[in-house]
Amino acid sequence: MTSAGSSTPRRHGRRGRRGEQLMVPRAEFDSYYGRPVIKAPSWEPRDIAGYFFLGGLAGAGSVLAAGAHATGRSTTATAMKISSLTAVSLSAAALIHDLGRPDRFVNMLRVFKPTSPMSVGSWLLSLYGPAAGAAAASAVTGRLPRLGATATGAAALLGPAVASYTAVLAADTAVPAWHDAHRELPYLFTASATAAASGMALVLGPRSENSPARHAAAVAAVGEIAAHRALERRLGLVGETYRDGRAGTLLRAARALTFGGALGATLLGGRHRAAAAASGLALLAGSAFTRFGVFAAGIASAEDPKYTVRPQRERLEERRRT
Amino acid sequence: MSEDRAATAEERVGFFTDTSVCIGCKACEVACKEWNAIPEDGLELTGMSYDNTGDLGASTWRHVAFIEQPRADGRTQLPLLEGQSAKTPDGEMRWLMSSDVCKHCTHAACLDVCPTGSLFRTEFGTVVVQEDICNGCGYCVPACPYGVIEQRPVDGRAFKCTMCYDRLGAGQEPACAKACPTDSIQFGPLDELRERAALRVDQLREGGVTEARLYGEDPDDGVGGDGAFFLLLDEPEVYGLPPDPVVTTRDLPTMWKHAGAAALSLVGGIALAFAAAAGRGRA
Ligand code: SF4
Repeated sequence: MTSAGSSTPRRHGRRGRRGEQLMVPRAEFDSYYGRPVIKAPSWEPRDIAGYFFLGGLAGAGSVLAAGAHATGRSTTATAMKISSLTAVSLSAAALIHDLGRPDRFVNMLRVFKPTSPMSVGSWLLSLYGPAAGAAAASAVTGRLPRLGATATGAAALLGPAVASYTAVLAADTAVPAWHDAHRELPYLFTASATAAASGMALVLGPRSENSPARHAAAVAAVGEIAAHRALERRLGLVGETYRDGRAGTLLRAARALTFGGALGATLLGGRHRAAAAASGLALLAGSAFTRFGVFAAGIASAEDPKYTVRPQRERLEERRRT
Repeated sequence: MSEDRAATAEERVGFFTDTSVCIGCKACEVACKEWNAIPEDGLELTGMSYDNTGDLGASTWRHVAFIEQPRADGRTQLPLLEGQSAKTPDGEMRWLMSSDVCKHCTHAACLDVCPTGSLFRTEFGTVVVQEDICNGCGYCVPACPYGVIEQRPVDGRAFKCTMCYDRLGAGQEPACAKACPTDSIQFGPLDELRERAALRVDQLREGGVTEARLYGEDPDDGVGGDGAFFLLLDEPEVYGLPPDPVVTTRDLPTMWKHAGAAALSLVGGIALAFAAAAGRGRA
């Protein structure tokens, strides 16, 4: 419940001096005409939630690719290298597209600022992108296998950081649903990234090579559900934004898809090519839904002042008491 | 120039906005728009008392809030003359008016998260956007705990109060403070303002205005104290201000730690999957 700035009487339901009208009862908290305290990001969900999804797909995909490369699952390895290169290229395009001044995107590399996850991420992508590119190019052309193997290793080292830093990017804001979840969000994001990458491997890889992807899908689904639980437990009131409205719908669909995809992959993915591909698609969709859901929860928490005011007020009262 | 004077020249300056004497004339809003040549950003009637400005944003760097409060104990009348009492018993409504502005935080989240270095700390201790560097990533917008900075839709870049950086450089006070007819907006060295504000709040309380309080003056608060702080007559949230703002980057070390652990867990999870697959393969 929001109250207009006008309703600040300190007493409940007391009569006014002349007794004709009841005072407005004190609302649970005050706000200025119900207007938000902070400003929601103006980011396009397609660009930024899409960026989170693609970064995760690319980063975790590079780890799967390196594993497949090392264990002689070469078809899957090549496919995942191409997938990662495509995903990281699209993610960079999404990021640039979302800039107010896309022509100035190189300013991202003007300085290196550890206090800015966006700066750290830009530098990370500028290292990871070429590594993913070299790994894919070598795998496709069969040229420079040594360099290809090194690039595959480098991409696998940087990939996990690409997948997890986006959680810090979201959490390092005043947006209650993101900031308050800053401990759990990275695990949710890497689990979701693993689900996406294993999904892609199930779609692209031959049945004979997909055993690791099926196991990874199961690990990812369990991890994602655990991280989600921990996050909602931590958030209290703000946790509503992950359950209600658009975010709630997206996240429920995400859990169904991820869980269903992992189950399908585990039970049928080793036997039927079509079942593996369908499970893979479900995992990919589940991961995308998770990112769009988290994005929507953040926007919802920024737009209602109660999610900013109430936790802060409680913190303040708590401090006053002690 | 002696060393002392050099130090004075670089003294941190700020605003003390004493809302108890604000009359809601919006001269600050107008002066700010005029001086900084800020474009028009909508002519709408909001239905929020006399506030048709709404909130701070890319093209609104001063915003006067109007709050109409029904009060059983009468409206607050400030003791202007010696011996006058603070409250008149016959009123049932009081006005709160307050001119809001960028807080020029000691620990400014907008500046911390800016990836290009466009936002910087000036020699006056203020926080300013360099328009020729900003690439419109918009990260500062959700980072600000006060909802101050914003991207201009047609431009894409982020804008906010500069505390009239150009005027400060020329030894002038900011346009809003200059225009304020009641001295509700006071400009000066921050230390001096803090002393003045402490005196003022005591004076008001002694005069019976017990709800008078300072907001943002404490260097130990979540943002390290505001370069623009306020004297309020009610809780901050009534004015649309966050009651206990914290600079988001305070938790950044924890965030990076968890991100690192999460990255390792990703590698561990996938390694586990390959190990399990190898085990199955052999079995
Ligand atoms: S109030 Fe917001 S925009 Fe102003 S310095 Fe602080 S964080 Fe930056």
